[in-house]
Amino acid sequence: MLTRREALLGSVLAAAAVATVGSIPAMAGAKEVAGLPREKVTLVAPPFVHAHDQVAKSGPKVVEFTMTIEEKPMVIDADGTQLNAMTYNGSIPGPLMVVHEGDYVELTLINPDTNTLAHNIDFHAATGGLGGGALTLVNPGEQTTLRFKATRSGTFVYHCAPGGPMIPWHVVSGMNGAIMILPRDGLKDDKGKPVRYDHIYYIGESDFYIPCDEQGKFKKYDSAGDNYDDTVKVMRGLIPTHVVFNGKAGSLTGENAMKAKVGETVLIVHSQANRDTRPHLIGGHGDHVWEQGKFANPPARDLETWFIRGGSAGAALYTFLQPGVYAYVNHNLIEAVELGATAHFTVDGSWDDDLMMQVEAPRAIAS
Amino acid sequence: MPFNPILAFGGLACALFTLGAAGAVGWAPLPDQELLARSELVTLAPGSFAHPLPGEFLRRNHPISAPVVRAMVAAPIEIMKYQVSASDYRRCVMAGACKPADGNGSGNVPVTGVSHIDAEAYAGWLSAETGSAWRLPTDVEWAYAAGERFRGDIEGGEADPDNPAQRWLVQYRTEAALGRQPDPQPRIRGGFGPNSKGVADIAGNVWEWTSTCYVHVTEAAAGAGIASSIDNCGVHVVEGFHRTYMSNFIRDGKSGGCAVGTPPDNLGFRLVRDRLNLVQAAIRWLRLS
Repeated sequence: MLTRREALLGSVLAAAAVATVGSIPAMAGAKEVAGLPREKVTLVAPPFVHAHDQVAKSGPKVVEFTMTIEEKPMVIDADGTQLNAMTYNGSIPGPLMVVHEGDYVELTLINPDTNTLAHNIDFHAATGGLGGGALTLVNPGEQTTLRFKATRSGTFVYHCAPGGPMIPWHVVSGMNGAIMILPRDGLKDDKGKPVRYDHIYYIGESDFYIPCDEQGKFKKYDSAGDNYDDTVKVMRGLIPTHVVFNGKAGSLTGENAMKAKVGETVLIVHSQANRDTRPHLIGGHGDHVWEQGKFANPPARDLETWFIRGGSAGAALYTFLQPGVYAYVNHNLIEAVELGATAHFTVDGSWDDDLMMQVEAPRAIAS
Repeated sequence: MPFNPILAFGGLACALFTLGAAGAVGWAPLPDQELLARSELVTLAPGSFAHPLPGEFLRRNHPISAPVVRAMVAAPIEIMKYQVSASDYRRCVMAGACKPADGNGSGNVPVTGVSHIDAEAYAGWLSAETGSAWRLPTDVEWAYAAGERFRGDIEGGEADPDNPAQRWLVQYRTEAALGRQPDPQPRIRGGFGPNSKGVADIAGNVWEWTSTCYVHVTEAAAGAGIASSIDNCGVHVVEGFHRTYMSNFIRDGKSGGCAVGTPPDNLGFRLVRDRLNLVQAAIRWLRLS
């Protein structure tokens, strides 16, 4: 059995080996980049997304982001079950980053010395160097800056990938998020007609694997490293104990329900860094859905449920036509109701009798 | 060998546990009087009070707020001061009359993880053991005992005939605004304190089964009485911090609730004792019933 120390050390060594072999010169095009305008973006915690232009107002630029890694215990359900979370910027998922195709993403990744583990970041949107993982491994007390060119438009997952068995463990401990690379001229429907959104919400779905004690109660651990052996055993069963949106069962319900009005168009970005899922809006639809998340492909029309492959992010555009309380779920309903993958929208506005009406309320069956 | 406190205390705990287990094996059933004494009762004097009825109410095809009626309690009610404890419930399990509860509490905490069916089984067993008539309270009795801690349904108000969603949104937001955080761990009985009537732990973190069935009521035109009332006794009224409705077999309120709304932290119960007349008492005493 791997001790905690061996496990942690092993990962650092494995990742270091990868870094040595995989190191590539990152200087190509540096001259051109130096002349580009720069923009500094402050990230916000999901489901919200930092302010951004849907259509680029100028040419390519360098967009600067900073993310601080936080290892900390987080409560993931109503019973107070605790995850020894590893996070980008303190949230599960990490924040959604938004740029335009042709922009350069420049991320400064900080691993404060209050953390205990080495981390990095692998952008599915980036080309080469293990998505940036090979160039970003930071020990506690270190920081690094990575720049990559956003060459393909779409929604893409990013996640921690510090080598070997550390990879899945870090990802299911919370270290994942998404970046959205918009076409410079904005989103278009299946006919090539421009479409816009009034609100954007980012939902990151997580599968958690919390070990249980002999009585079947979820165990608590002092630190991330202490749970490693037990957690990997649960992970290898491939049956999550929790499937939740934004880090916690109920994180997007009640006071935190997402909001919209009748007639407003919402873009829902949904990522799952590890496991397949199938979002569904109860009582609504996906008007235009980029299931694979890549905007160069025309969106599918009028979907009831869409499929997000594990390790990808998709986007669904919907204009609300009816007021009410909508549940947005993973339509494996066991995962939605029993394991936690349910969010809510509250939508204000006028009811449309033409779309639906109760012709007769429940009453005794006519004899 | 140096003294190892962990080992020493571990051994001690083990020994105690063994003793406890051995004790349990030879445990003779308590005499009826003793069990009776353990169920501390509060007697509520007769009276009347304003009570929002449980169920769904329709007027002219649209949902309305539950009518508030003047509920009458004609005779004194004897109700358990505390919810039935895990240890009392365990006695019923040991006797083979109750199914083990799903809740993991033991000793002097309310039994949790019990369905309506379990609560009825316990009432039946306790009645047989004690010769008294124990049953779940009705919704009215529970509300009367709850006094100032009674909340009832989280209301959406009267539906806007032009916009049914309005009521759903009001209900959702009212509930969200209560800001109640999940509180899953049952506390030692009495932990939520008594209300003004001396009944303990009302509206704490254990919701309680009642004997009242879920019902759909259609009001006659202009509120003149009831046009139809269809009840569904596969679902019973559950009371606590707020009122809700659960299928009889549900033991965990979290999975028994609707798609939206705060679910009960736990499901438990307390019982009322009916006063028997002389003949009933005699029959019970002779174990003929």
